[in-house]
Amino acid sequence: MLKIKDLKASINNRDILKGLNISINPGELHAIMGPNGSGKSTLANVLSGKDGYEISGELKYQGKNLKEMSVDERAQKGIFLAFQYPTEIPGVNTNNFLKTSLNKIRKARGEKEIDTMSFLKLLREKSSELGIDEKMMSRQLNLGFSGGEKKKNEILQMKILKPNFIILDETDSGLDIDALKIVASGVNSYRDKKKSFLVITHYQRLLDYIKPDFVHVLSDGKIVKSGCMELAEELEKKGYNKIK
Amino acid sequence: MKNQNINYNQDYKYGFTTDIENIKAPKGLSERTIRFISKIKKEPKWMLDWRLKAFNRLKVSKEPDWQKPKYPKIDYQDLYYYSAPKSMKDKPKSLDDVDPKLIETYKKLGIPLNEQKKLSGIAVDAVFDSVSVATTFKDELTKKGIIFCPISEAIQKHPDLVKKYLGSVIPISDHYFATLNSAVFTDGSFVYIPPNTRCPMELSTYFRINASETGQFERTLIIADKGSYVSYLEGCTAPMRDENQLHAANVELIALDDAEIKYSTVQNWYPGDKNGVGGIYNFVTKRGACRGKNSKISWTQVETGSAITWKYPSCILQGDNSIGEFYSIAITNNHQKADTGTKMIHLGKNTKSKIISKGISAGKADNTYRGLVDIRRKALNSRNYTQCDSLLMGNRCGAHTVPYIKNKNSTSTIEHEATTSKINEEQLFYCNQRGLDQEEAVSLIVNGFCKDVLQQLPMEFAVEAQKLVGISLEGSVG
Repeated sequence: MLKIKDLKASINNRDILKGLNISINPGELHAIMGPNGSGKSTLANVLSGKDGYEISGELKYQGKNLKEMSVDERAQKGIFLAFQYPTEIPGVNTNNFLKTSLNKIRKARGEKEIDTMSFLKLLREKSSELGIDEKMMSRQLNLGFSGGEKKKNEILQMKILKPNFIILDETDSGLDIDALKIVASGVNSYRDKKKSFLVITHYQRLLDYIKPDFVHVLSDGKIVKSGCMELAEELEKKGYNKIK
Repeated sequence: MKNQNINYNQDYKYGFTTDIENIKAPKGLSERTIRFISKIKKEPKWMLDWRLKAFNRLKVSKEPDWQKPKYPKIDYQDLYYYSAPKSMKDKPKSLDDVDPKLIETYKKLGIPLNEQKKLSGIAVDAVFDSVSVATTFKDELTKKGIIFCPISEAIQKHPDLVKKYLGSVIPISDHYFATLNSAVFTDGSFVYIPPNTRCPMELSTYFRINASETGQFERTLIIADKGSYVSYLEGCTAPMRDENQLHAANVELIALDDAEIKYSTVQNWYPGDKNGVGGIYNFVTKRGACRGKNSKISWTQVETGSAITWKYPSCILQGDNSIGEFYSIAITNNHQKADTGTKMIHLGKNTKSKIISKGISAGKADNTYRGLVDIRRKALNSRNYTQCDSLLMGNRCGAHTVPYIKNKNSTSTIEHEATTSKINEEQLFYCNQRGLDQEEAVSLIVNGFCKDVLQQLPMEFAVEAQKLVGISLEGSVG
């Protein structure tokens, strides 16, 4: 699904990623853990194609060179980023936004546009799975949403847009335990043999609910250690300083 | 407008020219030209006298120069003041007699005039250069006592109403362009809604400039008698030409006791090319008088076209408890310039006004909001709320807000809020990450920014305006 070799990224002449290697197969869920400033969010931005980074190294997604694709092309080809801080867009209805996005992605896949009735039915079904109040969907996008509502909205979008490769950027931050459980079960219900996940997190807490196949420790722009769930538990006990 | 199935991904889709034989007035501005216009319109003497009075006034008046956008001196002797398709000389009795080329032109613009294909719920007056081509739904409106016709027809058939109200809101001597219009105006719409009548459909005028080297001098007069209501829409387009063309309109609205007028504009005149060559000079005077108590006038404008837009749709709140509203979106891209806003003059007690202005600037364009809120001494307990938001794209455009605020009594309140922001990179990234390309993302964000104004437009226009907002900004971020 995703192959990264010797990835380096800098912004404003500041090196952030300094030679990162990772390979993710279909069906796998990889967790990336690391202290503040280790480059976790940069990795999420670079994979989704955000502007402003100087990049070198190899970035392959489904055998294709990611570096040549714009942000929207990547999204249309099934890369989804659940944002750490979903941005507010005043005046834009949440419902309409999601429908526009879905139709754009369906079109790229060669599927027919979804009509309003079918869309609303789909939306109702997926919202109720995540315990989202339907009224939220007719509000302006992310405007005045609580932390939990914002994150649930990200997961809802994931479930409706049906991407292949999903990056969760600190999806657990700002969530209380009930919201965390709902979000985690939303992610778990979407896991299958064809989909891959990169879960970026600070704490082991999220991984208690979303079981990773692999855990990597990111420190100073490099993966310094890889392992299984035990690594996450070790980190939680000893802290990041001991791992290096 | 309905029934349109057009690819929007092109620069200016209304840029075509209709090849048609014209009758023109002699070139230049002179008494001869004015007499020519008056004669061809078969006007009574009082109308000609009125025009000549304006022409004499024009000789001693000067072009204003306080506005932000400067423009090269206009040679008024090098313009045609009247141009009309030859086939319109003897006014066609019915649509069957109208030149098919004209019908085709409006069809291409998305305005079917044929009886069978008329837009449902909208009566249209179609003005081509200096004449009205056709007015739909006329009979149905007549049954209710509503008059909706070209102003040239109203001058002949309803002289008392025209004499009473024409120039009563924008006097002949108002300012240079208003005076010029009074001398040479050619066509536009006339609306009269009788007392206690709610106009059953939207009334609209569609203005088209076609001929080259020709100025369009539209004159519109709308009177809402006691307790009546009308919603009026106007749309405008012009062919792509390298020369600048002048559109100097006067629009007067009069609302009597308990009457309401809602006036919406979607202005999409040719804006000139990417290098700022050509485009329409849109120098327009629009003013409404809330003459009666509890009357209301609401202006909504979406200004996306024209090389230069210079207009301030205003309300004179004479009647006690009257209300004036101004909702505006002004979008400028490439080399376009807009200096637009409103004037709210509070004269009566308990009068209220509300101003919502959204200015969007891209490319090398310049966008100015200029507004006056003037609460006079006797306008006790009056209120104004103003909100001006500017959005900038790129770093070569400009946004300016110039509010003038006067309050002459202590019982009135004025609120003014203004913001200026750049289009947000995070918002664009978010939209892109959900599969929208750059232009779709910009269109979505800008439409969100303009929502408060867009939702004031009648349904049919709102959809069109949303698309227009997107097209106008194509290529502005990238």
